[in-house]
Amino acid sequence: MSGVPSSPPVADGTAALSVSGLRVGLSSGPAVVDEVDIRLGRGEILGLVGESGSGKTTTALALLGYSGPGVEIWEGSLELDGTGVAMDESMRSSRGAVISYVSQNPGRALNPALRIIDAIEDLLRAHGAPGSREEVARKMLDTVGLESTQAFARRYPHQLSGGQQQRVCIAVALSCDPAVVVLDEPTTGLDVVTQARILEELVRLRDEQGIAMVYVTHDLAVVSNIADRIAVMYAGRIVEEGPAASLLATPRHPYTRGLLASIPDHVNPRRLDPMPGTAVGVGERPTGCSFAPRCGQRTDACTAAMPALEEIGDGRAVRCLHWEKTPPSESVPLIRSSRSRAGEAPLLAVENLRAEHRTREGRVLAAADISFEIMPGACVALVGESGSGKTTIARAIAGLHEISGGTITLAGESLSSLSYRRTVDQRRAVQLVFQNPADALNPRHTVGDAIARPARILRGLGRSASIEEARRLLERVRLPARIAARFPSELSGGERQRVGIARALAAEPDLILCDEVTSALDVSVQAAVLALLDELRDELGVGLLFITHDLGVVATVADEVMVLEKGAICERGRTEQVLRHPQHPYTQRLLAAAPTVAGVGSDSGRAG
Amino acid sequence: MPAALRTRRGVLGIIVLAFVLAVAFVGPFVAPHPIDVPVGPPGSGPIPGAPLGTDFLGRDVLSRVLHGGVSVLTVAAVSVLLTYALALSIGMFAALTRRRWLDTLLMATVEVLIVLPPLLLLLVLISGVGTSTAVMVIGVALVLFPGAARIIRAATLEVGTTGYIESAISRGERMPALMRREVLPNITPMVLADGGVRFLGAIFLVASLNFLGVGSQPPSADWGLMISENRQILQTNPLALLAPATMLALLTISVNLLADSYAHTLGRSGAGR
Repeated sequence: MSGVPSSPPVADGTAALSVSGLRVGLSSGPAVVDEVDIRLGRGEILGLVGESGSGKTTTALALLGYSGPGVEIWEGSLELDGTGVAMDESMRSSRGAVISYVSQNPGRALNPALRIIDAIEDLLRAHGAPGSREEVARKMLDTVGLESTQAFARRYPHQLSGGQQQRVCIAVALSCDPAVVVLDEPTTGLDVVTQARILEELVRLRDEQGIAMVYVTHDLAVVSNIADRIAVMYAGRIVEEGPAASLLATPRHPYTRGLLASIPDHVNPRRLDPMPGTAVGVGERPTGCSFAPRCGQRTDACTAAMPALEEIGDGRAVRCLHWEKTPPSESVPLIRSSRSRAGEAPLLAVENLRAEHRTREGRVLAAADISFEIMPGACVALVGESGSGKTTIARAIAGLHEISGGTITLAGESLSSLSYRRTVDQRRAVQLVFQNPADALNPRHTVGDAIARPARILRGLGRSASIEEARRLLERVRLPARIAARFPSELSGGERQRVGIARALAAEPDLILCDEVTSALDVSVQAAVLALLDELRDELGVGLLFITHDLGVVATVADEVMVLEKGAICERGRTEQVLRHPQHPYTQRLLAAAPTVAGVGSDSGRAG
Repeated sequence: MPAALRTRRGVLGIIVLAFVLAVAFVGPFVAPHPIDVPVGPPGSGPIPGAPLGTDFLGRDVLSRVLHGGVSVLTVAAVSVLLTYALALSIGMFAALTRRRWLDTLLMATVEVLIVLPPLLLLLVLISGVGTSTAVMVIGVALVLFPGAARIIRAATLEVGTTGYIESAISRGERMPALMRREVLPNITPMVLADGGVRFLGAIFLVASLNFLGVGSQPPSADWGLMISENRQILQTNPLALLAPATMLALLTISVNLLADSYAHTLGRSGAGR
C-alpha cells in the first residue's frame, strides 16, 4: 500500500478530509500554524509528526474548528467528506458525527462520574442517532475489542486500565460512524505493550471500516508502524510530507533527517547524532526558513525568504531549497567499549532488596529479592513498565525510601536506605537526576544557587568557591555560565534537565541515578542529553543506574540491562545479549511491542 | 503582589485600605477633641465643632472614630502574625516529618481546635483569665491557626513530592533548612492569599469581642465598641453607629478586594520571581 504514490488507498475521487491554507495564531499576534495543507483519502492514516511547539496539536484541533483559549483560526478552508464546512463553532454538528477527536489523556477525557456506556450514548444522543442507543453503544465496545457485557458497560472509568480507557475513548469517537478521526498522541501515556495493541486495533478499524485518521504524535517510531503518509511539522509549518516508507528511508528535509538520527533504536543500536541548537518558539521565528539557524546546509538564500513546500515527485513534498543536497541517513553503529574495569570491587552492591509501599489498605510490595552490582564507571539500565518498582529501587538507593529487607553496599560500606542515616560522604557519592524537569528544580532558587548548594554542603566548598563551581559545571553540561542568575521558569525542559545533571555533578558523585531523565523530553533534546551523559561517564568515570521504559534508550546507553516485572528482576545480562536474544517471555513481549523505525523503507514490515 | 495592583479590583482595594489605615494611624493626631470629654448633649446630631454629632455620653463621634481604629487593626495584625508563626511551623513540620505518628497527633489536635465554636472559645478564655490585649491576641490566634495549619500542611505535601525537595532530603538538608529554603518560598503565594482571609477573620473576631464588651473597655474608643455603646441613640444620632460601622466595612472590603485580586494573579504569574 505504501507503494501507491500519493493517491489515497480508496480512490473514489473525494477526500475524507481536505484543508488548505490553514493559518492559526495567537490573539496577541504571532502565527502558531501557517500554510498548512492536508489531504486525507478515505481509509488513509496520516501521521502528523512534530516536537513540542511545532503546532501539531493546534493543527489537529483546528481540523475540528476548535482553537484553545487565546488562539484563533485565522484562515483555512475545510472540506469533510466532500462538503465544505466553516472552521468555527458552526462545526458543532459535524464534531463527533463526521470528524471526531481522541485526546492524549484518556483518564481525563472521560467524565469520572459517568458510566462508560453513558459516555458513548451521550454522543449518540447529541447527534440524534436512530435505533436503540444501548445496543449501538454495546456494539461499539465490541468493535474496539472490549467486553460488551452489560456488567462491563456499566463500569466507571476508574475501574478500567489506561489502555481500556483509551479504547473507550476510541469507541466514543467511532460511535457516530465518522469519516475522519483525529487522534492526538493517543498512546503516549500508555506502556509499550498496551500501545502496540491499540495501534493494531486502529489499523484493523481503518481496514474494516475505511475510517481516515490523522495520528498526531512526537514519535516517528510509532507512526512508522501505522501511517500511510507522514507529514513532519516544524515551527508551525509542514516541512516534509510523503508516503511513510519512502520518507523514513530517504528524508529530504534536514530536520526530518536530524529527527531520525535522534531516535534511539533497540533493533539497530547506533550512535545518536543530536541536532545543534533548540527549536524556535512561537513569535521568534526568523524571516527565512525556520530551521535555517540549526541547519548544516544553510545558504544565504535560506535566511532571505521562507521556502515553499515543493513537490519532488513520488508523492513527496519538501520545504527546503537544498533538499537535493540532504545527505542520506547514515547509521553509525554503536561501538560499546566496556568502561567498567574488570577485577575491581563493585561500586554498588544491592542484595535481596525488598521494598514496600504503605497505603490505606496496608503494605503493597513494590520490589522483592532484588540483587545486582554496578561496577565503577558502568552504566546499568533498569527497564520495566510503570508500576514495575523501578523508581522505588532507585529511591531506596538514593536514600528516599526505607527498605524492609536486604542490604545496599556502597564501595564496601553498608548504606542506609534513609539519607539522614548516611554520612556526608555517602550522601555525596550517590546523586539522583529526576524524571520531570518541571519540578526537579526549586522555582524560587536561581540555577546557580541550585547547583552551588550541594557543592557547599556535601563538599564543604565556601560560598564564592561553590558559585564558581556552579558556573564551571554549567559550562560542563554545555550551558552558558551566565544562566546561573536565571530562574528555572526561564529555561526550556532540556535546559532544566542539564541543570539537574549539573546539580548532581556538583557533589562529585561516584554514582548517578537517572530516573526516566529523558522521558519528558523531545527526541532531539533527548539525544543531546543522552550524548552528554555518555560523555560524562567517559570523562569522570561515574557509574550510572539508568531507569527507563524505553528499550531504544537502553540500547544506546547501557552496558548491562535488568528487566523488571512486578517488582522482580526477570532477566538480566549484557545489553546486546538481552536485546538480541531475550530469554524471558516478558522481555520478549516488551521487545516485540517496542516501536522502531528500523526496517521501514527497506521492507514494508508494518501492519496494513 | 505588584501584579495584583494592576487589576481594577486591586487598585480599588489598595486605595480604600490606604484611607482606612490613614484614618486609624494618623487620625489620633488630628482628632479635634479628646475621646473622653463631653462636647455637647448626649446623642445629638451634627453640631458646630462635632460634624458627626455626639455619642451616648455627649462625646465627639468624629474624634472617637479617628481614635478607634488603632486597637482593632493592631490586635488583628498581631494575631495574624502569631497565627502564621504557629500554622507555618506546625503545618510544614507535620507534612515533612518522617514520623507519621507525629503528623497524625499534630493534625488531630488541630482538628479538635477547628470544631470548637470560635466565639465560645474566646469567651471561655476571657472569662477564665480576664481580658487584656495579650489575651485577645492569643485567643484570636488560637481560633485562626488550625485552619491555616491544615492548608499549609496540604500545600507542603504537594510541594513535598517534587524533585527539588527529594533532592534536598537526599543531600541531607535539616528540617529548618527544608522548611525555610525549599518549602516556604514555594507556598508563600498561597499563604499570602490565605492571609487576607485570616486577617478578615481576625478583624471580625476582635470587633465582635469589642462589641460584646469583653475586649476594649470603656472609655477607650474602638469601632466595635462604639457600635455597641451607641445602639441606644440609634434614633437620635445614627451617625454614631454608621461612622464606625462604615470604617469596619471599608476595612473588610478593601482587604477582601486585595486578597481576591492577588489570588487571581497566582495562576498567571507563575513561579518566576
